Amino acid sequence: MSWLHTMIVIPFIFALFVPFLYKFFTPRIHTGWFVFIVPLLLFLSLLKYIPTIAEGKTVYHSVPWMPSLGINYTTYMDGLGLIFGLLITGIGTLVVLYSIYYMSKHRESLHNFYVYLLLFMGAMLGVVFTDNVLVLYVFWEMTSISSFLLIAYWYQRKKSRYGAQKSMLITIFGGLAMLAGFIMLSMITETYNLREMFNQVDVITAHSLFLPAMLLILLGAFTKSAQFPFSIWLPDAMEAPTPISAYLHSATMVKAGIYLVARFTPIFGGNAEWFWVISSIGLITLLYGSINAVKQTDLKALLAYSTISQLGLIMCLLGLGSAALYFGYGDEATVYAAAILAAIFHLINHSTFKGSLFMVVGIIDHETGTRDIRKLGGLMGLMPISFTLTIIGSFAMAGLPPFNGFLSKEMFFTGVLNASQMNIFSMDTFGLLFPTIAWISSVFTFIYCMILLFKTFAGRYQPSKLEKAAHEAPLGMLISPILLASLVILIFFFPNVLSHYLLQPALIAILPIFAESGGIDVKISAWHGWNTELFMTLGIVGLGTFMYIYLKKWSGVYGLFSQRWTLNAGYDFAIERMERFSEGFTNQYMTGFIRDYVVYIFAVLIVMLGGSLWLFDGIAMDVSNDAPISLYEGGVVVGMIIAAITVPLAKSRLTAIIAVGVLGYLVSMLFVIFRAPDLALTQLVVETVTVALFLLCFYHLPEFRKATVPMRFKLTNLIISIGVGVIVTIIALSANSTRLFEPISSYFENSYDLAGAKNIVNAILVDFRGIDTMLEIFVLTIASLGVYTLIKLRLAGRD
Amino acid sequence: MKKPNDIILHAVTKVAVPIILAFSFHLFFSGHHNPGGGFIGGLAIASALTLLFLAFDIETVRANIGVDFKVVAAIGVLLAVLTGVGSFFFDASFLSHTFDYFNLPIFGKTELATAVLFDVGVALAVIGTSVTTILSISEDR
Repeated sequence: MSWLHTMIVIPFIFALFVPFLYKFFTPRIHTGWFVFIVPLLLFLSLLKYIPTIAEGKTVYHSVPWMPSLGINYTTYMDGLGLIFGLLITGIGTLVVLYSIYYMSKHRESLHNFYVYLLLFMGAMLGVVFTDNVLVLYVFWEMTSISSFLLIAYWYQRKKSRYGAQKSMLITIFGGLAMLAGFIMLSMITETYNLREMFNQVDVITAHSLFLPAMLLILLGAFTKSAQFPFSIWLPDAMEAPTPISAYLHSATMVKAGIYLVARFTPIFGGNAEWFWVISSIGLITLLYGSINAVKQTDLKALLAYSTISQLGLIMCLLGLGSAALYFGYGDEATVYAAAILAAIFHLINHSTFKGSLFMVVGIIDHETGTRDIRKLGGLMGLMPISFTLTIIGSFAMAGLPPFNGFLSKEMFFTGVLNASQMNIFSMDTFGLLFPTIAWISSVFTFIYCMILLFKTFAGRYQPSKLEKAAHEAPLGMLISPILLASLVILIFFFPNVLSHYLLQPALIAILPIFAESGGIDVKISAWHGWNTELFMTLGIVGLGTFMYIYLKKWSGVYGLFSQRWTLNAGYDFAIERMERFSEGFTNQYMTGFIRDYVVYIFAVLIVMLGGSLWLFDGIAMDVSNDAPISLYEGGVVVGMIIAAITVPLAKSRLTAIIAVGVLGYLVSMLFVIFRAPDLALTQLVVETVTVALFLLCFYHLPEFRKATVPMRFKLTNLIISIGVGVIVTIIALSANSTRLFEPISSYFENSYDLAGAKNIVNAILVDFRGIDTMLEIFVLTIASLGVYTLIKLRLAGRD
Repeated sequence: MKKPNDIILHAVTKVAVPIILAFSFHLFFSGHHNPGGGFIGGLAIASALTLLFLAFDIETVRANIGVDFKVVAAIGVLLAVLTGVGSFFFDASFLSHTFDYFNLPIFGKTELATAVLFDVGVALAVIGTSVTTILSISEDR
């Protein structure tokens, strides 16, 4: 275990202790203070990696996990992973600090909150630092699950549950598709390790599964990163507590899809499909998100749509930049690589300004009791610090100087302008669409930024509509957004420091061709003359201001679209239909009669065992080598047959139970005769406990009636029971004569040497086949819990 | 309800249960080399408990043995898993066992095996499972 492994595991381990910390220290100390240490420690230790990574080195460790399946727990850190790691732990630290003041230690169940949060943190670190695709998938789904739990944190609310279910269904669906893509990739390359896949790009590109694998993996990325049309889950995810929205649903988790696309660019990049799918979906999402954000009245919903749109922007840039791989190393590649650089740059910027905006919205919600812009207004004088923070955040988002959003927005325009002059992938036909749509979306972005700022802080203060008298938040709550907002400004003035230490290593990780040829040096500067990009920005400010002022005049346009045909309505319709269908389908076979279920079980048994006996040609009966049957054995068997025949013919239930008992004890007698004391003992004790159980159940069973069973049931039962009997007999007889599998006699020979045990049966149980036994006791325990809950729940329901 | 006259059952149970328990422990520990083991040992203990429950009523037994058998089952499963995980610390794969011979004060040369820890887990899970099942069904009136 390396330190990198340990870093991923720490949040999980710490999560184990959170409930105890909560129990012992609440309400004296807010649980968040303990949790705060974890991301802080991880962040500081990740900082130490920056010089190493900036020199172009990478960190790689591998620990065998399931070596027989080729699954190793391999961690890998390059520039891309490091940026994400820093975001996860850095924003995580700030969010935990913020949540200490946001989440009341008296009213909220903080232990749940922080356990889920730590689970998410660990899983997300796992996603970005893992090199094995299957391990990556496991961590990926864990982020979905922890997000589900966090959205449903206030599970008493119907909307929370709805939002949680929606996000879960959509992201897990994408995750499963991604898994299928991963499996295809590993079928092509015969490895689960990303590093090794990167060495076989030629093989992958030539393979027929290339396109399916690519599309499936993209499905995972798009669902996670809320790309159109999967974006519908993100606005509903805003039911989560605001620290969570700031952390998962704007800064980190929704960027996992971006990470995935960036991570797989070395494999898929440079292909027309990859280029087109990502850049066009990204562009559509950008437009869709920004247009929808303008009509929102809830501040968090507005931010949610703006997140969707910004994610689309980053996605689009990654798509455009992938063209660099088409050209190979050269001047043209450098031009498109700048788009990738802009993507990573904007990713960081977005996390800073959106994180601070979410936190400020949380403050507004916390201090006024509402997030509805129709009720808010005039908070400028009452909450001056929050106002300043919002100016910084929203101007950065709108792409104005002197904030970091301006730099990355300009770089985005450079990217789309370059793309419009591209002469590959039939871009010469559609090229002009890119700058046009980008520009229109940016106008809308500008408008919603102004809405966010002015509708909240300017205008008239309406205390009658607010639940609480508005006032500035406590200092502790303000620290995190202040830190983020100062980053927003710092990055504007010193972008090249960031670029040198973080962006360029990440760029090399995404476009490895630059690593071989001496790296790339991109200078980010705030001023680059009176060029097209600057004029585009000026146009946005002009038109945006104009449209914001006359917002009331044209916002009626939104009402023209019918609510019946939205994506959400489609989702709800599909869910409802699916529920009804599966309910109907389930009712078909879940009759509630144990009789039927037993029939299913035994029918499957007959088909599976009989079928495989047939297929593998396992039926063989050879009695020539058998020992002669002794008198005792014959006697016991005759007794067993009599007992067995008694069961179906018995007049009373008690007789039947006793007959079954006799059968069981006779079997153990047979074991004694064959000198299998272990089996005999087990059989005896099992029989004893079973009879006790039977007697208990006996009390509850209804009167024993015979004649009421219709003929059809009798016939089915007859067929099934004869079938099972025949199959089991054939297997028992054939077992001696066929050798379908390796004989287990090696256990007999080695048990004393390998396990130090003279009792082979036990050595097999606990050592050689230990996992089987472990799973068996799992099943046993789950079954007993099932019995317990079924009975207790029924009692509770009846009272 | 008339209280049944079960004085013989009570008297026998009081003598029999310690014997059954002692025998079950023997079964459990001898499992490494002789017939027995976690599963049978656990079941035998469960049957001793069942006898107690049958002879005396559930409430009386529960007042004297204040154990939640659901928890026992959970502890058993956890123990079994943890023994498996434990092998990670010695750089071995999941559920690897080892054994060695030690000279203990009273027992003399004794073999100690990590498999026994796993077996304890199995036994606890079996006890917890069977007693939970029997109790929940019998309490269902």
